[in-house]
Amino acid sequence: MSAALCAVPAPTRNPGVLTGIEGVLPASRLGVRPQPRTILSGIPSVDELTGGIPRGGLTEIFGPASSGRTSLLLALMAQMTAREEVCALVDASDAFDPPSAAAAGVNLERLLWVRCGGIPPQRHRGTENREISTSGHRVNDSIARSPDQSITRSCVEQALRALDLLLQAGGFGLLVMDLGDIPPAIARRVPLASWFRFRRAVENTETALVVIEQEVSAKSCASLVLKHSAVSTQQSAKAAGAKPAHARLLQGMQLEVEVLNSRVWQRKPARSATASFESRAAWCG
Amino acid sequence: MLFAAIYVPACAPEQAAALLDCAQAFSPRAEATAADTVVLDAAGLDRLFGPPAKLAQDLARRAQEMGLEANVAMAANPDAAILAARGFAGITVIPPGKQAERLGPLPIDVLQVAPEILETLDRWGVRNLRALAALPEVALVERLGQEGLRLEKLARGAVERPLVPAEPPLTFEETMEMEYPVALLEPLAFVLGRLLEQLCARLEARALATNELRLTLVLDRVIGRSGHRVIDSDSNSMTRSPDLPITRSLRFPLPMLDARLFLKLLQLELRAHPPGAPVVKVALAAEPAKPRPGQEGLFLPATPAPDRLELTLARLAAIVGGQKIGAAEVLDTHRPDAFEMRRFAPATPQGLKPSSKDRYMARLKPCPPAMVLRRFRPPLVAEVEVREGEPVRITAGEIRGEVASVSGPWRSSGDGWRGKERTPRIHTDDHGSGWARDEWDIAVPGKQGIALYRIYRRLDSGAWFVEGSYD
Repeated sequence: MSAALCAVPAPTRNPGVLTGIEGVLPASRLGVRPQPRTILSGIPSVDELTGGIPRGGLTEIFGPASSGRTSLLLALMAQMTAREEVCALVDASDAFDPPSAAAAGVNLERLLWVRCGGIPPQRHRGTENREISTSGHRVNDSIARSPDQSITRSCVEQALRALDLLLQAGGFGLLVMDLGDIPPAIARRVPLASWFRFRRAVENTETALVVIEQEVSAKSCASLVLKHSAVSTQQSAKAAGAKPAHARLLQGMQLEVEVLNSRVWQRKPARSATASFESRAAWCG
Repeated sequence: MLFAAIYVPACAPEQAAALLDCAQAFSPRAEATAADTVVLDAAGLDRLFGPPAKLAQDLARRAQEMGLEANVAMAANPDAAILAARGFAGITVIPPGKQAERLGPLPIDVLQVAPEILETLDRWGVRNLRALAALPEVALVERLGQEGLRLEKLARGAVERPLVPAEPPLTFEETMEMEYPVALLEPLAFVLGRLLEQLCARLEARALATNELRLTLVLDRVIGRSGHRVIDSDSNSMTRSPDLPITRSLRFPLPMLDARLFLKLLQLELRAHPPGAPVVKVALAAEPAKPRPGQEGLFLPATPAPDRLELTLARLAAIVGGQKIGAAEVLDTHRPDAFEMRRFAPATPQGLKPSSKDRYMARLKPCPPAMVLRRFRPPLVAEVEVREGEPVRITAGEIRGEVASVSGPWRSSGDGWRGKERTPRIHTDDHGSGWARDEWDIAVPGKQGIALYRIYRRLDSGAWFVEGSYD
């Protein structure tokens, strides 16, 4: 069995039936939804668990900082660009690091990077470029205040508008909206209608839409929801706890991914499934 | 066959174009033989302008109207007509077959040959074309080579050669002057739309497309506060020379021909960079280019259509700014966060060749994913408590807590010779100045598990910053 029953009738198959009250299709004539095409990330445990990231669907990858969301994303991008597909990244918080992506195998020429933000320096939180106090360690309280929420909201609005345009353009193999550093309180304010519109826009296309965030937002609009969490960090074994500290080397992280929701699967599992994988630092080969 | 030559003695260089225009007003087949001489194909012009003598008179009158005192000659071949025009003042019509007879009295100088040949002919006593035409061909070739034979034929008026018509340069430019200054973009869009349709129709008629559009706007001049004439009435804007028009240029990665797309791109460009004053004249020029035929392979991955991608990039630039979209290119330097934003123009998929297919299959082999950095741009100012040379506690916005484990420091520095010089092409928070810092990797336990950060301390100021988080 490689197909699941589709709850949505296909009007083109039986146009005569869908008129007036007779438009309700009997259950016996429901169409069969084909198995969606998927993209493999190249991480065996994740691919085995999820079956791949579905094309024509919305995938949510969420988790706290250092939970491996971006590692999975760049692995996916590396696979896609190696297949000569074109990817786009809508970066709401301008957090993308090109050297890390290049080290992960992403062909940057085939990745369109949309950097949202444009935060005016006088309004931004404390930064390196701001004038610091003469002591060097303590900064002005007004400078070190929390991020301005209105600016963050405008970044999210920019990201949503940019994603809309990219979905309309078509032809992208992978579209990513990175809300990974956006506070969940703001990400949750994205209306469900927007997520629904994105899902509809990407439906029946070859594009895989992936959203990175801290907490789940799209809810039922997502075809696949992956929850990431960090298990442990790995330092060079011989020198763990040794001094001096520069003898210790951060080697990687042990991460866990859990499938919370998947329409890729034929039927929902009785309980959530998890898999673990390891991400390695670039300097460890 | 009948040819007319127009020769202007002492023709100024700037009159050469006018001379060609004069000839092309009668026939499109006009050859610019020299700066002072043009020849036109007069075959068939008798139905329009009457007999050859009448045509010659019309040519002379037209040249006179353009300020040119010209000699006009008509003959059965171009070179005979040229020699007659150079040798006889006024209007000369040589009937067919009478070239040698009419050209005979002309001096040798009209041939405009090398001085040494002229000297040789002078020593032989050859003073005019009749004497030259009377020389035996074989003896002439023995002494002067093929050039001698050519001169002998010229003297007889027997050189037959095809005319090489001058073709005007192919320019695609449309201009429109407004009856009144247009201050809003919307009415300007109507004008641009009309010009673009004309341009695209002209390009399409020649099976061409364009890869560059140049828009030139002449603005209505206004008087600034200081009393000087300025174009832009905005007091914050820079003062421009009042006669300098504003030019916008749109370059496309490959030739396109879509008036609606061009209009949208121009609208977005003008919205992003408004002219700043009412427009009185619009000029639109297109650089012609051969359209690139494209047919995608059945087994190649789909890519965004170039025209739609161009429009999407322009719209994205209107949202986030032109400098914030594109493809990143990592620079060959150890400077942190050094990259350049390049124009996004992905290459057309070529399909996986055997060698690249092997590489692709090798890439598919299981390998642990890379631990990557998520940058904070600009870096977060941090307050770090240090004990025995190691960070033990950090406070940076919402990042706060005891440091569970630490690796480092790793010292890096560079570009010290730059000082405070700025290199804006490099996207980095150090703005191109030198840097010197100690980096640490720290693990900070939080409510949702442990988080890894890269922090650093600037050696010049001793200030701490969080560069990003590992994810």
